[in-house]
Amino acid sequence: MSGFSIGGLDLVGDVEHLLSYHFMLNALRAGTIVAVLAGAIGYFMVLRRQSFAGHTLAVIGFPGAAGATWLGLSASLGYYGFCLAGALAIAALPAAGRLTAGLGGYGDESAVIGTVQAFALACGFLFVSLYKGFLSGLTGLLFGSITGVSDGQVLALLVAGAGCLLALLALGRPLLFSSIDSDVARARGVPVRLVGTAFLLVLAVAAAGASQITGSLLVFALLVTPAATASRLTARPLPGLLLSVLIAVAVTWLGEGIAFYSPYPIGFWVTTLAFSSFLLATGYRHGIDRLGRRRPATPRGERRGEVAA
Amino acid sequence: MSEQLPDAGPPAEVLELAGVTVRAGGRVIFSDVSLRVRPGEFVAVLGPNGVGKSTLLKAVLGLLPIADGRIRVLGAEPGRHNSRIGYLPQRRAFDPATRIRGVDVVRMGWDGDRWGVALPGRLGGRAGRQARDRVHEVIALVGAEGYATRPIGQLSGGEQQRLLIAQALIRRPDLLVLDEPLDSLDVTNQAAVSALVQTVCRSHGVAVLLVAHDVNPILPYLDQVIYLAHGGAVMGPPEQVITSDTLSMLYGTAVDVLRDRTGRLVVVGQPDSHAEHRS
Amino acid sequence: MTALLAADPVTGLASMLSQPFVRNALVGGTAIAALSGLVGYFVVLRGQVFAGDALSHVAYAGALAALAAGIDLRFGLFAATIGVGLLLGLLGGRGTADDVVIGTTFAWVLGLGVLFLALYTASGSTDNGVANVNVLFGSIFGISTAAATTAAWIAAGLIAVLLLIARPLLFASVDPTVAAARGVPVRLLGPLFLAILGATVGEASQAVGALLVFGLLAAPAAAAQRLTADPWRALGLAVALAVLAMWAGVALAYAAPALPPSFTIVGLAAAEFAAATLYRGLLRPLPT
Repeated sequence: MSGFSIGGLDLVGDVEHLLSYHFMLNALRAGTIVAVLAGAIGYFMVLRRQSFAGHTLAVIGFPGAAGATWLGLSASLGYYGFCLAGALAIAALPAAGRLTAGLGGYGDESAVIGTVQAFALACGFLFVSLYKGFLSGLTGLLFGSITGVSDGQVLALLVAGAGCLLALLALGRPLLFSSIDSDVARARGVPVRLVGTAFLLVLAVAAAGASQITGSLLVFALLVTPAATASRLTARPLPGLLLSVLIAVAVTWLGEGIAFYSPYPIGFWVTTLAFSSFLLATGYRHGIDRLGRRRPATPRGERRGEVAA
Repeated sequence: MSEQLPDAGPPAEVLELAGVTVRAGGRVIFSDVSLRVRPGEFVAVLGPNGVGKSTLLKAVLGLLPIADGRIRVLGAEPGRHNSRIGYLPQRRAFDPATRIRGVDVVRMGWDGDRWGVALPGRLGGRAGRQARDRVHEVIALVGAEGYATRPIGQLSGGEQQRLLIAQALIRRPDLLVLDEPLDSLDVTNQAAVSALVQTVCRSHGVAVLLVAHDVNPILPYLDQVIYLAHGGAVMGPPEQVITSDTLSMLYGTAVDVLRDRTGRLVVVGQPDSHAEHRS
Repeated sequence: MTALLAADPVTGLASMLSQPFVRNALVGGTAIAALSGLVGYFVVLRGQVFAGDALSHVAYAGALAALAAGIDLRFGLFAATIGVGLLLGLLGGRGTADDVVIGTTFAWVLGLGVLFLALYTASGSTDNGVANVNVLFGSIFGISTAAATTAAWIAAGLIAVLLLIARPLLFASVDPTVAAARGVPVRLLGPLFLAILGATVGEASQAVGALLVFGLLAAPAAAAQRLTADPWRALGLAVALAVLAMWAGVALAYAAPALPPSFTIVGLAAAEFAAATLYRGLLRPLPT
């Protein structure tokens, strides 16, 4: 296996060295669970154009964790509690204007979400300042750390993650249907509102779980970027979903590995790797489109036909 | 408006197209279209989807370059006198969350393109009062007094359409360019809006260029129609153009024009006609 | 709390205003709040809340980059927000950039912010952690007289520019197709407005912090839109509500030192929004 050494770098040896640390092992386990979750759920988030709601759910965990710490409770409790409550609040907003881009502004709903988000963050700041001497933990809450993942946390993540994936599997087809064409789905008897709420709850659990590893501010990178990259590469739902998961996992592993050997934080590496993949995919898509424009137009697979396949 | 117009009144032709060809994305949308619209004329642009009816309007407004031919609008190049054209683009409804009143949307047609802000109430002086008077006048003309001060997102499609026509009329245009104004309206509203456009056309001498995919609601009012097909166009009075012979020649395939007992025209066998009935 | 409650309100107010740090906060804060209310109205109308959200994260990365490089924080703040604002406007082309592109980009920019934070805290003293918190959550009581004056002038300039383009911008926001046909430079206004939004985010970051900018931008504007459908009245109302939240927030934070001013300001703005929503809910259908 020494053939893997490139330019004097012994990759296999490095990886073995890295895995010999228990905290790195835990970080990789937790990172993998989080990445699989974020990749899968992020795909639907991008499809449903709920990036803003997803981002808000991601940051809403911060006041939860800060508040729980201030009250002497477990931070996990705060993360899950606040994220789930936030998901219900967003789901309760009037559905008018969602997923539509009609004439005139459609910013009212996002203004509400934005207000909720700013208020939640302000509360988080209040809790942090009420809990004196907690300031050093602030950076960890916001930006995460890979060194602090315990065995118990990995187990909890595994349970939450498995639950989320099962829920997503159960929701799968109606969720896809109502994401793409909610009016037709409603006419066909899909409980669109209920499916939407259930999805937001799954998103909240995933965001809360991921927040504990990557920090509140960086969860969003794992949610949106792999999914956006995948949707640039394929228009077919199942391959897109798998690709999104794959990219999320690859980016997380690479990011954790590089962060271990470099002085710079994991958040930087994961977001940068993810963004690079997005840029590459965008470039690729532009190239394909340009080629396609020169040739006689080939009929692109009809979306609905593919969904059924 | 820097260009001085001759004082001899409006030009003989409001709109003149000669051999116009438009290409987009390397594809010819339509070619060799000629058209003349005189002041106070009501002209409909007809044809199946995808033949470039909306593209034709955009070319008239100077929003799209033409590949060949010549367009004169109000005696000048397209785009020069757009403030004398009332334009109603093809559109979907306003989003229900749009928190802007109907009067404000109408007022935008008056001075929405000018820099700065409008001074509120009496501070606006004579210009402000003039603008408000004109807004009320034109809202009364389209019969929208009852709901003009409600947020436009909460109005029905027909109500929104009336207000948008008011917006297009507010500058006393010489030419009204309407893109599918009857689309997404129910039959009653189609008849009402058609009659409204006809009134404006006849009593105010405004030339109207109207895109439609169903000619029936406006048929009694039309002076001329232009029928677009891929590659070409036919223009003339409706009774001459919308006939089996003319349309069959235009499309190069057998097309039948039938007339039912109430006088409605039905075009049968027209290419792509199935795709016309959008939701 | 005792300072205001022990004496009568007038004396309490006078003693509060005699504090230089309160005066600075009010001078800078008022201008910033007025600007935020004005810009926020258009942000909500144009549906660009998410872009504003992205810019607030860019503000964080920019400020920390400047700190890491050892230059004035405001350089990084404004350069990053205005630059990215313009970029979003130009990339969007047809007026608004795709949400996914915005989200992907700002997730990465935040990652850059973390890098700069690591560089900065690795090189500096313990004060650096405090500076980080100030960038994230603001420190309006820490603004110097010079900084407050500069912020007020910048805000005044931006307000003037915005008022100049207000009418065409409104037209282009509500009905871009007709506005373009009437000669409004829609393609120019989009990036220009996002650049102004970027500068506003930079300004507001100094008062309430990069993460809480939204409290001042979205909440008063959304509240004003609920109260009136007249655009010019709504603009004025958004400004008034933002300034009110700022003043009351500063006074409350002064009276109750346990509460950070950023929390009181944003909390009050959110309360205004909640009150407006309730009011509208009780008084349906809408009066005009």
